[in-house]
Amino acid sequence: MAKRIDITNVSSYYGKFEAVSDVSLRIEPNAVTAFIGPSGCGKSTLLRTLNRMHEVVPGTSVTGEILLDGENIYDDTVDPVNVRRTIGMVFQRPNPFPTMSIYENVAAGIRLDARRMPKSELDGLVERSLQAANLWNEVKDRLKKPGASLSGGQQQRLCIARAIAVEPAVLLMDEPCSSLDPISTLAIEDLIDELKNNYTIVIVTHNMQQAARVSDTTAFFNLAGIGQPGRLIESAPTALIFSTPGQKATEDYISGRFG
Amino acid sequence: MTKLGAGVPDSIQGSVVRRGDLVFRRLAKGAGLAVLVVLAAIAGFLVWRSVPGLRANTANFLTSTAWFPDQSPSRFGIAAIAFGTVVTAALALLIAVPIGFGVALFIAFYAPPKLATALGFIVDLLAAVPSIIFGLWGLQVLMPHLGGLQRWLNDHLGFIPIFHNSLGIYTKSLFVAAVVLGVMVLPTVSAISREIFLKVPHSNVEAALALGATRWETMRMAVLPFSRPGMISAAMLGLGRALGETIAVALILSALNVVNWHVTEPGGNTFAANIALGWNEAGPIGLSALIASGLVLFVLTLVVNVVARSIIWRRAEFHEGL
Amino acid sequence: MTTLTLATGHLQGRRLPRAAAPATALVAAALAVLLGQISPVSGVAGTTCVAVVLFFAGYTALSFAVEGSRHAIDRLASTLIYASFLAALVPLVWILSTVLVRGGRVLSAGFLGHSMRGIGADATGGGVYHALVGTIEQVLLATVIAVPIGVLTAIYLVEYGRHSKLSKAIGFFVDVMTGVPSIIAGLFVYSAFIVSLGFQRTGLAGALALSILMIPVVVRSTEEMLKIVPSELREAAYALGVPKWRTILRVVIPTAIGGITTGVMLAIARISGETAPLLLTTFLSQSINFNPTSGPQASIPTFVWDQIGSATHPALDRAWAGALVLILFVAVLYTTARLIAWVTGGARR
Repeated sequence: MAKRIDITNVSSYYGKFEAVSDVSLRIEPNAVTAFIGPSGCGKSTLLRTLNRMHEVVPGTSVTGEILLDGENIYDDTVDPVNVRRTIGMVFQRPNPFPTMSIYENVAAGIRLDARRMPKSELDGLVERSLQAANLWNEVKDRLKKPGASLSGGQQQRLCIARAIAVEPAVLLMDEPCSSLDPISTLAIEDLIDELKNNYTIVIVTHNMQQAARVSDTTAFFNLAGIGQPGRLIESAPTALIFSTPGQKATEDYISGRFG
Repeated sequence: MTKLGAGVPDSIQGSVVRRGDLVFRRLAKGAGLAVLVVLAAIAGFLVWRSVPGLRANTANFLTSTAWFPDQSPSRFGIAAIAFGTVVTAALALLIAVPIGFGVALFIAFYAPPKLATALGFIVDLLAAVPSIIFGLWGLQVLMPHLGGLQRWLNDHLGFIPIFHNSLGIYTKSLFVAAVVLGVMVLPTVSAISREIFLKVPHSNVEAALALGATRWETMRMAVLPFSRPGMISAAMLGLGRALGETIAVALILSALNVVNWHVTEPGGNTFAANIALGWNEAGPIGLSALIASGLVLFVLTLVVNVVARSIIWRRAEFHEGL
Repeated sequence: MTTLTLATGHLQGRRLPRAAAPATALVAAALAVLLGQISPVSGVAGTTCVAVVLFFAGYTALSFAVEGSRHAIDRLASTLIYASFLAALVPLVWILSTVLVRGGRVLSAGFLGHSMRGIGADATGGGVYHALVGTIEQVLLATVIAVPIGVLTAIYLVEYGRHSKLSKAIGFFVDVMTGVPSIIAGLFVYSAFIVSLGFQRTGLAGALALSILMIPVVVRSTEEMLKIVPSELREAAYALGVPKWRTILRVVIPTAIGGITTGVMLAIARISGETAPLLLTTFLSQSINFNPTSGPQASIPTFVWDQIGSATHPALDRAWAGALVLILFVAVLYTTARLIAWVTGGARR
């Protein structure tokens, strides 16, 4: 059940340092939104504020409002554990739990909520999640093997399977292909295209071709200089932003003149 | 005037290894070997010097509870002191291991990172307190305070044999010694497990949080399984310390060589305490007998330490391979 | 197809207000005091224990009722983890404050300036001077023996023997040696030097035993310090044609000297409180003996041991004062070590 995210006047801080300033943006359900921009522009920080992972680092803070289908995820009555459960995340480097098997990795999140789920039901869920992550055929005969025994690209798809096994509404991806080879990258990109049928997807990438290939909407972030906060410069349908960018800075970045 | 290049040797040939290097290298290697030699010499001399006592012994060294090596005929055995050593060390671990892991988790994951180093330093201070001071404190300050607890254990849990106390005296017991040992072992367990916890990949902690795990679920999912071997060896190194601790135990126990499961009753003795307390009154055979018991303690702690260190070393190589 | 029974999409979660923890603590404390009036568990220690148990139970139950089982378990775990840290502080504060108070009553210039010669166990007066002399000499001797061996071993492990089987074996057994009980070092020195070679029980014999305990600590700390010397420094020296041994002595060691000194000071602090090995090797003595190579020599730890053994009031007072002197001795070493580390920036611990 994909959900819409409405970001209004959001700023994220590390201590006193403002990493992202005053972002307002709508993220549509069943679509892929890409965050692009030079390093330090705050795109990853903004991504982490969307599922309240930003506050895991001590001393951080967020102002503004983020609505998930109209519900403010920073409301006092909201449990951050439920937010992260509803908004899944895939990280830059594949990070399967090294002590767990492939099966246990996928089941890890499910077991938190439903400790006494019948084995058959759990088996079905693990299989469906691995199928949805396009990994089932490669691992179905070795589910008991450690997750770390897979190749980098397979590990990243395992992490995607782990994230979607708890049936989130949104999937956040923080440069999910940056440590992968081109073939694995292609597999993940195909997967993203399939996943948007069921989820809202936000992907941070430093690779503009990737943004052009996978996303429906692109948001470009930039910073005025070192020590300055990152800002949202513009956001538009991907086809539009790559053909006729509205801002000079976007055009410079996309055409490779800086960044 | 010196010509430029006058210092350049005519040829780059020369002995392949310079003499200075050779001497220094051998010196360094010799020092390293000395460490191994010392360990071997400890074993060698203890074996050699325990022979006269073991020859004179008319009792079974392993099963006798008597300790009268200087009587004739000489009779001594380690059953009672081995019992006391193992019981106090085990009880000490029951106290030190859970609290030590708790302290390590607190410093590694729960405390504010800015304070963590300072808080860790404070706990490490406990390791810097000399054992004679633990003994003095245990004997003079803690022991009177533990009377009530031991009485309560007897009154309410006395049906469990180890808490039963038929004497009504609650001083100088194995229980008191074990509590002091527990406090002494605590910094060992917490310092080593803290280092193990700090090696847990941060990305796994984040992965667990992002799945919607609570903080404790994150520990169970990403931290504890990864750290299990290290935690086991931290507990074992604590065990090694508890087995060999001398002075604090010697001051607290009444040095009665008996096997008594009622740990809150006075009496009981350990390898190390028996040596410290018996040393100055022992005759030649008595000294040899004490050395023989020391040899057993040495082997015991050596085995515990070798196993614990092997786990850590294998783990370290595994990390380098990652 | 089975559908997930999980509660998807409910961001709201009933959470306990911030005031819940202190409020529960207050209620638990009040209940414990009340219970203390009617039950056999009373006194400060008993009431505290009851209050703590009541707090754990009450807080967890409250969380379970409001937030559900997952958060209740999380809160219980957090409470236990915080509590274990506080529990570890209790003995530290308790011991240090007792030593300060009871030792401070007796400690005086006279205590530091006099020996125990001619002072009976029942008499007041006397002091720790002879023991201070002994401890300083024994610790210095042990340092003179242990530091060259320890530092050279570390140099072998880091500079020469890297990845060789021998250096792995040495490194492993150095770790194992840190776990050898201190009394074993005393037994070894006794059986090797006193029985087998016919030496007396002297301060030197005690220093030998202490050096065995000190070597592994020096090796480990020096090794850590040598490892963080950047290899570019070594390569720069090699490129200038400086032989390896001179590079180590002139470049590597001076770079790491701050950290090495800190490690040595901490090792000294560790051994200066050792009692068991000295009991077996130096004997007890009530008189001043400046010569560590002849005759029994006192030390602060064995002085405290001796006074506890006498068990009279004046003797126990002296024991506490001796304990305070020992703590101060160790504290000075610790502080100096940290200062050196701080000034040179050579150690990050």
